[in-house]
Amino acid sequence: MDKPLIEIKGVRHAYQTQTGELPVLDGLVLSVPEGGFSAVVGPSGCGKSTLTRLIAGLLKPDEGEVWLHGELVRGPKSIVGMAFQNPVLLEWRTILQNVMLPLEIVSTKMSRQEREDRALHLLALVGLEGFEDKRPSELSGGMRQRASLCRAIVHKPEVLILDEPFAALDAFTREDLWQTMHAVKAEEPFTGVLITHDLREAIFLADEIVVLSGRPARTQYVMDVHLKGPRDIEHLYTPRSADALNILRHQIQIAQGRAPAEEIAQ
Amino acid sequence: MNWKQIAVPIAALVIFGIFWELLVWVNGWPNYKMASPSDLWPSFWKFRWLFLEYGWDTLWRTVAGLVLAVVLGVFLGMIMGLSRIMRDALYPLLVGFNAIPKATVVPIIALLFVGQHDMNTILIAFLISFFPIAVSVSIGLSTLEPEYRDILASLGASRFTIFWKIALPKTLPEFFGALKVAVTLAFIGTNLMEIVEPHGRGLGHLFDSGKISADYPLMFAVLIALALMGILLYYVVVAIEKVFAGWAERAPT
Repeated sequence: MDKPLIEIKGVRHAYQTQTGELPVLDGLVLSVPEGGFSAVVGPSGCGKSTLTRLIAGLLKPDEGEVWLHGELVRGPKSIVGMAFQNPVLLEWRTILQNVMLPLEIVSTKMSRQEREDRALHLLALVGLEGFEDKRPSELSGGMRQRASLCRAIVHKPEVLILDEPFAALDAFTREDLWQTMHAVKAEEPFTGVLITHDLREAIFLADEIVVLSGRPARTQYVMDVHLKGPRDIEHLYTPRSADALNILRHQIQIAQGRAPAEEIAQ
Repeated sequence: MNWKQIAVPIAALVIFGIFWELLVWVNGWPNYKMASPSDLWPSFWKFRWLFLEYGWDTLWRTVAGLVLAVVLGVFLGMIMGLSRIMRDALYPLLVGFNAIPKATVVPIIALLFVGQHDMNTILIAFLISFFPIAVSVSIGLSTLEPEYRDILASLGASRFTIFWKIALPKTLPEFFGALKVAVTLAFIGTNLMEIVEPHGRGLGHLFDSGKISADYPLMFAVLIALALMGILLYYVVVAIEKVFAGWAERAPT
């Protein structure tokens, strides 16, 4: 097996608050192979967003190490792309200019035409053809999130970090975007970490699901998803998916402290 | 901009003038109590050259004070918006300074720089108008959502790049809102200096002359001239805003 592209070794992180140290992550282990897509689920406030900032190099762990592509992460790296629950598009730019933003920082070698072609190609891939000259406020929530996704992958990042990107969308739009994610991954392969609260989303999109414990979060349970590669939404409604969902729900209850912990099976 | 956007404000001004004229006429006020719009024309005509000359004095001093207020206000706002410590340190000072009536600062400035009339006037216009600019820029910068910073910071962009590409443009609507307030404040500052410490120039001086010679219609005419200049400068700011922050205006839905 290949050396993992993302490797998190026993990471601990605490925030300084007025009442003292508040540990959010403690003993967190995560490993994603090249081309893999891991979903991270866990109770509210267990430090999932802190995890994304650690992988992106925006935060330094108090203990432990984060490795990307065989290199110890010491600061932000341009091989990372990020998308959040809030699409954070810049209102003074058109959709096309928004998608091109990372290229202005990273790819100074690309010509303007090449950048534009690259952005237009991605917009077409997520179904936003013809919307490139619109302002973000003229688009629906789902379309904005599609544009945000294009911006996250426009500079061909090796690691894509998605922090609940679909959480604020309605159920139908969300399912559409799940399909889009598979289409994007087929055309533009990436290694990804998806933070989510939606267990069905985790099963539908990821190859591996990591359940974090309550705060301070450590890796509590890892599930290998039985579905592989691009998949149809129908696969969510098979008995195997239902079993997987049940196991995950139970693990979350343990993490929340609502079920006895001895049932943890690793 | 269509004809309605021009016609409606003008109609409002005309209706206001008619009401004013009626008010004076119904009450039978003599013009030393309250001048009516019809009394103002003779004053404007009689002193037309002085209006032009002094109007220009007042206008350029106000604009100079505003430019100073924009430069230093944005600078202060940046310091306070980007640094928590500077915000905690400077806010009480700024609020305290802004609470001081500027009329009391006029004699201090006039004594500090005796005879430097242009500079004194510009200084008061600046002192009275930089506060809203500093506050709005600092609020705009300090309330920037962390995700906006993260999309560039995660690529290794420098603090300056993040400021230039995201924080600055995102603060522009707040900045222009404050600038519209600052425009009218700057006029107050300029005229405060010209009226309290008259030095023979500016519309404030003309107002003071009207007071000394008991020419009430002249005093009212000066006030109207100031109001018109304020409106003019306000719309200049609106035009600049359209160019630089027009994106903030949503299309009517």
